[in-house]
Amino acid sequence: MTDKVNITLRVNGKSYAIAVEPRRSLADALREDCGLTGTHLGCEHGVCGACTVLVGGKPVRACLMFAVQVGETEVRTVEGLAKGEVLHPLQKQFWENHGLQCGFCTPGFLMLAAGALEADPDISDDELREVLSSNLCRCTGYQNIIKAVKLAAAEMRK
Amino acid sequence: MSWIGRSLPRLEDPLLVKGAGNYVADVARGAASVRFVRSPVASGTILGIEKPEDGLVFTAADLDGIKGIKPVLHRPDYVAIEQPVLAQDRVVFAGQAIAVVVAEDHATAEDLAEQVFVDIEPSDAALDVDLALQEGSPIVHVQAPANVLVEGKIRTAGLDDALKQAAATIKMEIRSRRQAAMPLETRGGVAQYDRASGRVTLFASVQMPHMLRTGIADVLGIPEADLRVVAPDVGGGFGQKMSLFPEYIILVWLARHLQRNLAWIEDRRENLMASTHSRDQAFTITGAFSADGKLLGVDADMRSNVGAFSCYPVTCGVEPLMALAELPGPYAVQEYGARSRGVTTNTCMMAPYRGVSRPTLTFSMERMMDVAARRLGIDPIEIRRRNLVDTFPHRTPTGLIYDEGSYRATMESAVNAIDLPAFRERQKREWAKGRYLGFGISVFNERTGYGTPAYAARGMDIVPGYEIVDCAMDPSGNVSVRIGASPHGQGLKTSLAQLVADELGVTPQTVRVISGDTDATPYGWGTFASRSMVIAGGASKLAAGKIASKLKLIAAALLESDVDHIDLNDGLAKVRNSNRSAPITELARAAYHQSHKFPGLGAGLHENAIYDPAGTFSNASHASIVEVDVETGQVKIERFVVAEDAGVLINPMIVDGQIHGGVAQGIANALYEEIVYDDLGNCLTTSLADFLPPTILEIPTIEIVHSYTMSDASITKAKGVGEGGLIGAPASVINAVVDALSPFGIEIFEMPATPQRILDHIRGKRAV
Repeated sequence: MTDKVNITLRVNGKSYAIAVEPRRSLADALREDCGLTGTHLGCEHGVCGACTVLVGGKPVRACLMFAVQVGETEVRTVEGLAKGEVLHPLQKQFWENHGLQCGFCTPGFLMLAAGALEADPDISDDELREVLSSNLCRCTGYQNIIKAVKLAAAEMRK
Repeated sequence: MSWIGRSLPRLEDPLLVKGAGNYVADVARGAASVRFVRSPVASGTILGIEKPEDGLVFTAADLDGIKGIKPVLHRPDYVAIEQPVLAQDRVVFAGQAIAVVVAEDHATAEDLAEQVFVDIEPSDAALDVDLALQEGSPIVHVQAPANVLVEGKIRTAGLDDALKQAAATIKMEIRSRRQAAMPLETRGGVAQYDRASGRVTLFASVQMPHMLRTGIADVLGIPEADLRVVAPDVGGGFGQKMSLFPEYIILVWLARHLQRNLAWIEDRRENLMASTHSRDQAFTITGAFSADGKLLGVDADMRSNVGAFSCYPVTCGVEPLMALAELPGPYAVQEYGARSRGVTTNTCMMAPYRGVSRPTLTFSMERMMDVAARRLGIDPIEIRRRNLVDTFPHRTPTGLIYDEGSYRATMESAVNAIDLPAFRERQKREWAKGRYLGFGISVFNERTGYGTPAYAARGMDIVPGYEIVDCAMDPSGNVSVRIGASPHGQGLKTSLAQLVADELGVTPQTVRVISGDTDATPYGWGTFASRSMVIAGGASKLAAGKIASKLKLIAAALLESDVDHIDLNDGLAKVRNSNRSAPITELARAAYHQSHKFPGLGAGLHENAIYDPAGTFSNASHASIVEVDVETGQVKIERFVVAEDAGVLINPMIVDGQIHGGVAQGIANALYEEIVYDDLGNCLTTSLADFLPPTILEIPTIEIVHSYTMSDASITKAKGVGEGGLIGAPASVINAVVDALSPFGIEIFEMPATPQRILDHIRGKRAV
């Protein structure tokens, strides 16, 4: 057991002053210390990507980063994706196109895709598939995930 | 306006896409953390357990009066083995829980668990299904000296003659390597202790909440009333979350013992080594064919590795007995003989995984058809045509009755979608250039929506099958549907809302489906075995139908019409061929607040119904085109076509989604995923990087063609569709791989066909 460290996480535009052990992962800090349980843990080995969040705009496995490493950098999670009651285009297209079944991998896929589309709004289909291969889904066979992300990309380019 | 048949976006999703779902780990905040100490060896005697001086640590010795889990099958060939909730004197698989610790958070609990020292004298382990059957093998349980826990047999009178008369006999050694269902959310439970009542509420990531309540109460010797089980949002199950696990029993016992809230959230390593596995099967199968390609008889010796224990409630009979009953699949086989054994080993317990045996059965029959076609010089599609069942109802040699289906028609649809003649031309051209493309087909039927008769026939002590549905319309016209089924990603709430909306003439948005809470739903069997749409759907239709009848009587009285002339539609009760109508909301209010006006009807709108069908078979054919890289052994799937017949599709988008997911798991089963043990019984595949679930890059576009055979075996005319994708895909893909490699003249009877195995075949290093 180690002493806790006081840190302030900037998540979705809000500040969370929390005390964590240095070994606390960002995923655990988000879920347990900030109460943001939309970020899910599927393996804690960095393989499945269910815990993907954006740190400084880049997709990151929150299970592989320590909370104390984040510093001042802005973190974005699935809870920050919608603007109030208005769903983000990715959320809307996942819903309308059956891009989710059990929903457990969904927050990770949404943040992964959000990061990719913000970095390159004109990303090619091949590159998009390459990016989406970072994460695992066990329900959908990925068919409607790629469909939803492409439709969202088109909507975001408008 | 009808809601059935519409691809309505799911009512479940707005919360889930916002990250506002409520999975079991999301209710764990504030609870102390529970962690299990697990056996590091496959087999051995526990000599001693040293607990650390500080901290809450419990072993079997602390669990006074707790029985083991002992699922029962009423068959003379079944050996009932009791699974202790914590290992007592000996361990029988690597990963078995030996002790449990409780700490303030999970990191501290892990630290504490590492301080528990377990002294085990290891002994030789039985691991491989066939080695475990050999004389002199280590014995897993003394009650089963031959390591056989269940054995089924059948032999029709004419089989020996059929085998003698055959123009060709095809003998195959089929091997399916061990699989895991691998839901993306692992198992987990949160037990909340209520000091006022002494009750425990167990939130758990499960498929059968009522069954879990019964099972835990029985083992702990407490009334079921003292326990409430809630399945919140569940992150996938695929069969792995059906069983009663020791971890949940311990969790409830600890919550009562310590009188506090506790959480156990399984990590991925535990999930891969200590939850459940499946489909570790070895089949020796002989098919007897006439010269014109008629399948005269099938003789099979099937061994299923059921691991160290028998899963509750379905038992270790589930894979071997399904294999025994369903091997012939969609083919009309008159003569059939089979011996099917469940073999216990020092490995993780087998439990159902989407498809249960049938991926291996379909793989067996479909490989047999291709081999026979080549041997007899008959086109592989033609040989199937000559053998597929095409008159219904059809009775199989094992007594199953196939209701109306479209076995041949779906095969033709799949083949047409591929344009096989054009592909054959292309294949020849590509072979000449050194590119190896192949076509594969599989045809299968899927037994779905079966009720108590099917489980009773299996000899189960606990006979699941029926569903009870409570349906109510409140005074403002909103509908609640309380179900015993327990969906975990299937979108069942949306599909049932569509079904009920049509019965009552309202919109699905006004229908709330309530599931997964034993305090709020009627006793039921949960969601598994492609049953929920058929059975919970049937019961929902019946219950809602009773409310519709009552609404019509009220409308007839208020509108002064004959009840037979009332239609419920678009939120109104309308008198046919007139302009008279009344809003359903007004009828609902009248049912509660003006009940004196409708003597004999009884107050309110609250009905229930039970549905317990015999079962209905959906069917499908999967056609695929693959390319094999003969330098690396890699397989790329170029096209994948599913021609499916599941009767009426309540929500076609959801049905397609079920097929997509099943096919992806089937491709994984065919080419990638495998649970591997070393020679000592250590599980080597304990991360997702080892188990190799496919990503989007491995799964091609899945094309789906639907047919709609209407069967009277289901009152909604909907057949189950949950497992088919996984049943048909492995056979199709591996048939395509073999076809691609036909210039090398090899056969593959083992899955997954990994790159290494394919290369070994190409280089002639692997015996067929």
